[in-house]
Amino acid sequence: MKIVNSKLRNLYELIKIRIIEEEIAKEYKNQEMRCPVHLSIGQEAISVGVSSVLTKKDYIVSTHRCHAHYIAKGGSIDSLIGELYGKETGTCKGIGGSMHMYDKNVNHLASIPIVGGSIPIGVGIGYGIKLNKAKQVSVIYFGDAATEEGVFFESLHFAALKKLPVIFVCEDNKYSVYTSRYERHGNRDIKKIIKSMDVKYIETKKNDVNDIQKKATIAKKHAISHGPVFLYSKTYRHLEHCGPNKDDNLNYRPKEEIKYWLKKDPIDLEIKRLKKEKKFNQENYEDFCNSIRKDFIYSLIKTKKAKAFSSKKLNSLEYAE
Amino acid sequence: MQNKKNLFTDAMSEALVQSMQKDKNVVILGEGVTDVKGIFNTTNLALKKFGPTRVIETPVSENALTGIQLGMSLLGKKPILMHARVDFSLLGFDQLLNNAAKWHYMFGGTMNVPIVIRLIIGRGWGQGPQHSQSLESVFSHFPGLKVVVPSTASDCKGLMAASIFDKNPVVFIEHRWLHYYSSNYKKNLYKINLNESIDVKKKGKDLTILSSSIMLIESLKSAKILKKYGIDVEVLDLRVLRPLNLNKLYSSLRKTKKFIFVDNGWKTFGVGAEIFANILEKNIKLKNVPSRLACKNYPTPSSPHLSYDYYVTIKDICDEVCKCLAIKKDTKYKIQKECENIMSKVPHDLPNLNFKGPF
Repeated sequence: MKIVNSKLRNLYELIKIRIIEEEIAKEYKNQEMRCPVHLSIGQEAISVGVSSVLTKKDYIVSTHRCHAHYIAKGGSIDSLIGELYGKETGTCKGIGGSMHMYDKNVNHLASIPIVGGSIPIGVGIGYGIKLNKAKQVSVIYFGDAATEEGVFFESLHFAALKKLPVIFVCEDNKYSVYTSRYERHGNRDIKKIIKSMDVKYIETKKNDVNDIQKKATIAKKHAISHGPVFLYSKTYRHLEHCGPNKDDNLNYRPKEEIKYWLKKDPIDLEIKRLKKEKKFNQENYEDFCNSIRKDFIYSLIKTKKAKAFSSKKLNSLEYAE
Repeated sequence: MQNKKNLFTDAMSEALVQSMQKDKNVVILGEGVTDVKGIFNTTNLALKKFGPTRVIETPVSENALTGIQLGMSLLGKKPILMHARVDFSLLGFDQLLNNAAKWHYMFGGTMNVPIVIRLIIGRGWGQGPQHSQSLESVFSHFPGLKVVVPSTASDCKGLMAASIFDKNPVVFIEHRWLHYYSSNYKKNLYKINLNESIDVKKKGKDLTILSSSIMLIESLKSAKILKKYGIDVEVLDLRVLRPLNLNKLYSSLRKTKKFIFVDNGWKTFGVGAEIFANILEKNIKLKNVPSRLACKNYPTPSSPHLSYDYYVTIKDICDEVCKCLAIKKDTKYKIQKECENIMSKVPHDLPNLNFKGPF
């Protein structure tokens, strides 16, 4: 279903991702998607807010938790589901799996599950844009733990030195698997680090798509005219690090903290805002949700019927001819 | 004695310049590519012709640079990344092995990574444990990479051109001491087929030597000495390690039935191990006990007082050939004396007498 009303665009994009991820979580227990899944539920606002200021020609690279980035950039849902089911119709013909989503048609060029692994690639894309004298941006999504990697600093340094049109989007969901940010960063202030490296620092801490959209607009403008931007965004995942379930019974996250962030569910926040502005229509919203569920089922049926790529042909993919 | 125009470094410089002329997407980047020395005089001509937007000086960030190079290639560039020593590239292994090598395969064959990593092996004058490693067998283990090790100026030019215009990531490993050797090569740009691993550098009938890079040159020197004593050795150059195509070796072995492999690096899990495994699998019967000559199985010592017997020498090669062919004692003795005489002219830790250090 096409989104007509631009005021509703962000909400509809958010709920589209949420529904697809929830449907994946439901189907996952059938043991047919035989790859790890890092679901984006709770963290959708960043992808939607950032993508809302990007064109098809702008580039993104992503991480192991890549579904929201991919869907928000306009990646094909059939290919996403195909990849999860390991079929020939998948983005990588089933070779990559859930952590390698990409869609060349919308310039989502890679997702890499080595923490920090896609950061220099995004910088190289930024350098390519600059050498081509094009007016595009390269967006690099990564989690808070990636800011602990050496390659993060090397890449940030290079982008600043060469004044590249790159937006470093740090999605801080506070946990690297079960280890909290405090255990990994202590009282380190990322803002001071970024500023000291001569990179523009912008933050958004509300998990609110509208705030992110505003900040992303500034970030894009700055990236194209001046050089790299670090967009620091706080968020929270609702489910376990990897898999379809909640894992709050493990008690690695304080109950109060979970409560606080569930109140900041980006979809609830956006509905509340639209209701206040009297732009929200429950019936239309539900129709939209149902249409997404229906599309998912169609995708699922197609995927289940699809063939797997021939393992005999894998050998021939070692090199490009 | 040497024709300056045809030095290995000139061939490299020409390959870079002519490739850059042919395709504006070819760019060079790395630490020191625009400095006064221009990576042993191989990048300064390119800098002069194309300027700093195509010969790009970089910070010392090997891992990020490898990823940056990959990212640039996704936008149609053909970047050549330069490390003045092989050892520095180990810092870029995450991007090279996890990403570049797997990119085409991992994304279902839809994307190409046409990049070249140019690496130099150091030797002598105290290059020591971390500036002189021959790591080609490590790179050659990974599917998706191509690994090229030239030995002559002519091969350097043709193999570099082929590497630049290949659609895959190519690791191009050149030995520092090859820079002083020269050979004739064509003026225009030409490519050497990367699918043919082996080039027959000297025909012979008594025994086959397979080697690469600087040890190929040493093998040829040895063959020349042996020839004087009526020993006719065939010398094959393994100039592409991956993809590995050993057909020319098999043909040679079917003829000579005797074989020595001369390695640039360590024996254990080295290139020779792979070569001998292939020969066994091919069920080729040899008449000599399989023989691998390689560096000592410890890291390179820095001091000349410690490194004099670290590398394989022409004497080692000639001795081994004599052993395999059961050459008479007195002939063997004469060959040894001749080798010792040649070796005594240049200290073992110098490429030639003009060399004054430090690199």
